[in-house]
Amino acid sequence: MMRRALFLLPVALFLALAGYFALALRPDRDPQALPSALIDKPAPAFTLASLDGGGNLSSDGLKGQVVVVNFFASWCVPCRIEHPLLMRLATQERVPIYGIAYKDKPEDSRRILAQLGDPYRGTGVDRDGGTGFDFGVYGVPETYVIDRSGHIRQRFVGPLTAEVVEKELLPLLKQLNRS
Amino acid sequence: MRRALATLLVLLALAGAALAVTPSERLADPALEARAREISKGLRCLVCQNESIDDSNADLAHDVRVKLRERLLAGDSDAQAVQFIVDRYGDFVLLQPPMRPATYVLWFGPGAVLLLAAGGMAIAFRRRHATDDAVPPPLSDAERERLDRLMRETEG
Repeated sequence: MMRRALFLLPVALFLALAGYFALALRPDRDPQALPSALIDKPAPAFTLASLDGGGNLSSDGLKGQVVVVNFFASWCVPCRIEHPLLMRLATQERVPIYGIAYKDKPEDSRRILAQLGDPYRGTGVDRDGGTGFDFGVYGVPETYVIDRSGHIRQRFVGPLTAEVVEKELLPLLKQLNRS
Repeated sequence: MRRALATLLVLLALAGAALAVTPSERLADPALEARAREISKGLRCLVCQNESIDDSNADLAHDVRVKLRERLLAGDSDAQAVQFIVDRYGDFVLLQPPMRPATYVLWFGPGAVLLLAAGGMAIAFRRRHATDDAVPPPLSDAERERLDRLMRETEG
């Protein structure tokens, strides 16, 4: 009996390895995706000049509500892909989305929002990318979900897709708003 | 011709030293700059992922190089400066993964597999060796009798 178990050991090892590889190679897994170092940690403090000139956009100002923070730029092509989704989230789902214009000239940011529509309740200007750096942004667009206490709960790298919005973002917002 | 060749060689030699670090990024203090360069070699550029920020021309790599130097100028130790970057970008930014319980499999896995394989082979060899040298059990009375009979038959 003991001997037979020993003969099965290589088979078991092989199955374990094969299972791991199958998991690592499944088609919907993005090997470049990186978890944020800030998940469940307090969002970095920031105070940014508002794009429309009135008041500041600050981390303290966002506390008390569940918000989506979206880093974007006028020079960012994938941002245009997700833009219609942001518009839909803002108008139909009434999701409070705040924009941070990452390394972008304010006049360019203003122009693109005038052209495509402005989904943001407020937009901060992060001209030198310092706030992006504190968030660990490594490319726009990136989207963060921040809960009432100011903790980052989720990060989406790259343009949001309808699937991600339906399956991850909206359920998470619903759950955070309930609790 | 010879001069052209010499020029080419000099240019080639210089090309080796050409790194992504631009003159405007360099710190005035050579000691600090040397520390920054040393740390940079161990930090991953998250856009290119397999290049260090010292080698990468990506925008983000430039930002990280500048921030790193800011921290060093502010008086951070090497470890503090690295931690500053890791706090924002996670362990993945380190080209050499840190040793901690979550990465034990990564660090010790290959060694464990090697030991397992070596142990298995040692056992298999010993077992085979043992069967080779083993003295067969002595003949029973019936077998001895039969052998004697056979021997007598061939002799007779």
